[in-house]
Amino acid sequence: MTEDKAATNAESLAKTLETGAGGSAGACEQASGEADIPADAVMLTGAEIVCECLLREGVDIVFGYPGGAILPTYDALTRYPQLHHVLTRHEQGASHMADGYARATGKVGVAMATSGPGATNLVTGIATAMMDSSPIVCITGQVPTGAIGTDAFQETDVTGITLPITKHNYLVTSIDELAEDIREAFHIARTGRPGPVLVDIPKDIQIQTTEFVYPTEPVTLPGYKPPRRGRADQVEAALELIRESRRPVILAGHGISMANANAELAELCERAQIPVALTLLGKGAISERHPMCVGMMGMHGGAEVNHAIQQADLLIALGMRFDDRVTGNLATYAKGSRKIHVDIDSSEINKNVRVDVGIVGDLREVLRQLLDRVERRPNDAWFDRIAEWRADSELREIVRPADAPRHPAVSEGKLLGAQVIRDLFELTGGNAVTVTDVGQHQMWEAQYYQHERPHSLITSGGLGTMGFGLPAAIGAKMARPDQEVWAIVGDGGFQMTSMELATAVQEKVKVNIAVINNGFLGMVRQWQEFFYEERYNQTPMVNPDFCKLAEAYGIPAIRVTERGQIEDAVNATRAQAGGPILVEFVVEKEEIVFPMVPAGADLDDMIRRPTPEEFEQKRRERAAAKATPAETDAEPEPVAPAAVAGTRFGV
Amino acid sequence: MAKHILAALVENRPGVLARVSNLFRRRSFNIDSLSVGRTQRENLSRMTIVMESDAAEADRLVKNLYKLVDVVHVDHLHNQPSVARDMALVKVKASSENRREVIQLCDIFRARIIDVAAESLVVEITGEEEKLGHFTELVRPFGIVEMVRTGVIAMGRGSHTLKDQGYKPNRGRSSSRRSVL
Repeated sequence: MTEDKAATNAESLAKTLETGAGGSAGACEQASGEADIPADAVMLTGAEIVCECLLREGVDIVFGYPGGAILPTYDALTRYPQLHHVLTRHEQGASHMADGYARATGKVGVAMATSGPGATNLVTGIATAMMDSSPIVCITGQVPTGAIGTDAFQETDVTGITLPITKHNYLVTSIDELAEDIREAFHIARTGRPGPVLVDIPKDIQIQTTEFVYPTEPVTLPGYKPPRRGRADQVEAALELIRESRRPVILAGHGISMANANAELAELCERAQIPVALTLLGKGAISERHPMCVGMMGMHGGAEVNHAIQQADLLIALGMRFDDRVTGNLATYAKGSRKIHVDIDSSEINKNVRVDVGIVGDLREVLRQLLDRVERRPNDAWFDRIAEWRADSELREIVRPADAPRHPAVSEGKLLGAQVIRDLFELTGGNAVTVTDVGQHQMWEAQYYQHERPHSLITSGGLGTMGFGLPAAIGAKMARPDQEVWAIVGDGGFQMTSMELATAVQEKVKVNIAVINNGFLGMVRQWQEFFYEERYNQTPMVNPDFCKLAEAYGIPAIRVTERGQIEDAVNATRAQAGGPILVEFVVEKEEIVFPMVPAGADLDDMIRRPTPEEFEQKRRERAAAKATPAETDAEPEPVAPAAVAGTRFGV
Repeated sequence: MAKHILAALVENRPGVLARVSNLFRRRSFNIDSLSVGRTQRENLSRMTIVMESDAAEADRLVKNLYKLVDVVHVDHLHNQPSVARDMALVKVKASSENRREVIQLCDIFRARIIDVAAESLVVEITGEEEKLGHFTELVRPFGIVEMVRTGVIAMGRGSHTLKDQGYKPNRGRSSSRRSVL
């Protein structure tokens, strides 16, 4: 039995090798037919069909890495110059670049890899895209059909591995289904709640030839019908709750920008006078300078925003999913409020938070339905209350104009990560597309870089993928070459994918890389400081000289160690043309991201930075405690801010 | 907590059972039984899923099933008049002395004896889960050698039909691999 099977496989492998030479070369003239490619039947290889389909889906860039099982397709790519292939240095980079490309444009990003290790290297990027609903299509080579299941060289069950981290996936089982599978993949990736779709194509199918027919009618999938309008009775119920509310808050998520519902959101909050709180990925849903926008919510959100949510009598959640980083302890989350939840994915409604009204639909459609009827009314008392909370937050602020008095927690001459981001915001006029990695710098970006436009912050929110920043920034810049793009990365995450510097150089991608270097895995260190009694296990990092690293790739680099150098460095970076440039900001090692809701704590139970007054009080107590044991009459010795910092009250 | 019976029409594509069972694992759904088989439509299979849970959990499962592209329609049979059946094959120890007693029990339960051997009988019994439970309890003292159950299959009564949403197979899938497995 086993031998029989082996023999069959050997036969089919031999067949594969024979047919390997049979690839047709007739695709070139077909492909050059521009947008209006006739749907006439032509004989094409599977590999050529892949390229034809990509063109018809509007793909212009493919991020990928070649290898044995995808070689036929790479060979076909030479006959399709309209498809620009970007050679990454690791397949993870390819999936993040496709993701960055997708998030910057809303178009589907494409990553390509070979079977086995090539495909498994895509996995982190696919999971990242899944968590943040980013539309990407991954095309992977697979061992020939007959070898599947035999543990062939570089074989892995990619569709099995990616089952829970893709919106859908395909193992192409016949060349006659290839075009349809790819068409469906793009359709599924970009519609409804977007997400990653993987198409696994055995090598023999790439080599076989068939009549290429590209269906012209729209894709119809019996089990896949993204919702459009919300149910009228639910919209009515939502309007009723809005009418009755006195302390409403809109929670705006990623869904707003993905549904292009930004104008509708602005109109809704203006008309009904409802403050808008943003999730991390919701940044850009509405301008952060808009008077209704109160800022980011959640674990490192504004204290005033979290207070407002906890004290609200109505939450209107739009295209967000009540992630634990946003809600804190669910048992105490916004207990006094009624809740409306609008999402395109019905499984999000009542998943984490029970709501009074759940509306399933496309946000833009649903907001328009609401706008038809929502009433104009003032809400001044509620805004006044939020302003009081904000005034308290401002007292605790450490990022201040150069001429303002320092917060006593900040020693003279210290370069703060938070300050770097604020200055970057001001020097770029808030107009850059910023792409972050994951950690403290990501939260500072969220706190201090105010975004005005959708798709201008690209960050791994759901999965929190370190190593995302640089490749995603390359993808974003290639998608929008007219935009100023900054990769803001920490020294830890940067080193996870810094090999992609070579990709940026090879492609001459003008991406500005800001490395916020504090010599620590800063966010983990912060947790260790707060929750593990300052045992900084495995968080200090011995780093390379980042400027020299950049120079080794032929990338110009600038090191900044003082606040006074930021402006020149940023200006020089912006002026640099022709390729990537890196600025290393050597910042305070033990800076803390405040405020912080400890994981699982109540949303308004935040660890706050002390006010200057509280800080001085603390410092006096410390000094006194230090002086007492000696029982001297001498003045208590001054205690350095750093010593106070060690007691959960650092910068 | 109550018993929920869900019926799902799924496209007969490779891997669809894996997608559904992976969903149970991925989202921590506790499933009592799952049975899958062909329907009168060549391209559609039907799954019957039984779970012990509260209503919210069942609702969550329905929504998550709908997220699978291959799932065409899901019905919560609990919300409508329906019939449900489970089938078991039970191999009962039965010697010449007590065989008559076992046969009597089978008659009462309208179970069929489909195999007789010197020391045992194989009994086929169909009915609601509860009936099968009673039967197995009663024959247990004789000694159950082995038993297998199909899991519940169910459908709505009369006009309560599982809608196929006007399902049309949008293309011919390669027949060689047409399998829900």
